[in-house]
Amino acid sequence: MLGARLVLFIIISLVLMTMDHRYHHLDTVRSTLTLVIEPLRQVINLPFSIAGNVSENLSSRTDLLNENDDLRTQNLLLKAQLQKYSALESENMRLRELLESSLKVGDKVLIAELLRINLDPFTRRIVINKGERDGLYDGQPLLDADGIIGQIIQVSTFSSTAMLITDPSHAIPVQLNSTGQRAIAVGNGRHGELELLHIANDTKLEKDELLVSSGLGGRFPAGYPVARVVSVESKAGEPYLSVIARPTAHLQRSREVLVVWPNERPQPAVETSSEEGQG
Amino acid sequence: MSKQRHGTPIIIASFAIALLLTMLPLPEWAQDFRPEWVALVLIYWCMALPTRVSIGWGWVVGLMLDVTLGTLLGLNALALALVAFLTIKLYQRIRVYPLTQQAFAILVLIAMTQLFNLWIHGITGSTPQSWTYWLPSLTSALLWPWLFIIMRNTRRRFRVQ
Repeated sequence: MLGARLVLFIIISLVLMTMDHRYHHLDTVRSTLTLVIEPLRQVINLPFSIAGNVSENLSSRTDLLNENDDLRTQNLLLKAQLQKYSALESENMRLRELLESSLKVGDKVLIAELLRINLDPFTRRIVINKGERDGLYDGQPLLDADGIIGQIIQVSTFSSTAMLITDPSHAIPVQLNSTGQRAIAVGNGRHGELELLHIANDTKLEKDELLVSSGLGGRFPAGYPVARVVSVESKAGEPYLSVIARPTAHLQRSREVLVVWPNERPQPAVETSSEEGQG
Repeated sequence: MSKQRHGTPIIIASFAIALLLTMLPLPEWAQDFRPEWVALVLIYWCMALPTRVSIGWGWVVGLMLDVTLGTLLGLNALALALVAFLTIKLYQRIRVYPLTQQAFAILVLIAMTQLFNLWIHGITGSTPQSWTYWLPSLTSALLWPWLFIIMRNTRRRFRVQ
């Protein structure tokens, strides 16, 4: 009797796993079940958000004044940079118009907060506090102030799960900032490490080289910083260099992330390549 | 008879707390040591109330764990259904062991679910490479005596039968 029930449950589980892994048919089931978990998530997050509020309320006047000063200076600097940037942007647009190619600069963004909860430790995933309600969709890119963080893989009503670029099943199309050579950066599951695939041995590539998103594949917006090369090794007998890069974004530290609508399109571009996303 | 099914909310609450503990953010170094809370609580209930909590509970709770952790739907469901099955088969023997020896049985049970998870991870293409993967079995076994006593007191206090 017990054995028969076990066999039944094993069969159901195997069917579920296959459907989930191969066909992604279960996204609605998953997001419905997530609603059951939602209160637990909020409970876990509560002490952290309360602590944040309390420390905000209790910070002293001088601290606030200092912070205000700092922010003012920073704002000034950023504004100065922005002036240059907007001049460059308009020049860029003019040149592109001359070339008759269209590229929109400037994407719609939304700020989301990380929920402080833990997921499967062998994947690199995070949960954010915005969901379907806020118009998020599957495959949407996430940034922080210093670069690309990852993409959303599952949207539920009040929260969504995102895969970091260091997740072992994540890959992002990038290009070298100096030469423009394209490459694929995949996560290897270790903390803060990306690997560049298929870089030929004779490529000129140095430490500290910046990798920016290439925008190929249509999922990530082009031109955002992704990672910096930390080591380049050429092994005798191997056709490719082994290149390790470190994400520029603070994957472990950011509390707030930017959800981006690339070029303000309501829907993501049609998936044409299998080089990215969930492998 | 209503006395037969006393304390279902307590069982559900205990699983909810186990899920909370699974979700609780830990510092980076401590994450590898996180015990398999849900499996431990399941094993306890299967041993204490084998006629009530069994494979079905294990499967449903496992499914919630899958949703919580973002793993493949059905992965932990299957693993925990298996744990429930084995515990039900063995509970008469395990129950009479002293606590330390029980802990050893728990080590084997949890290691088995981990082995099973490792297979599925391997099939779907993301294998954890470090030996620290096995640490949760060890911490779970070490925690078992305390968990057992706390759970038993709770069960007696709320007369869960």
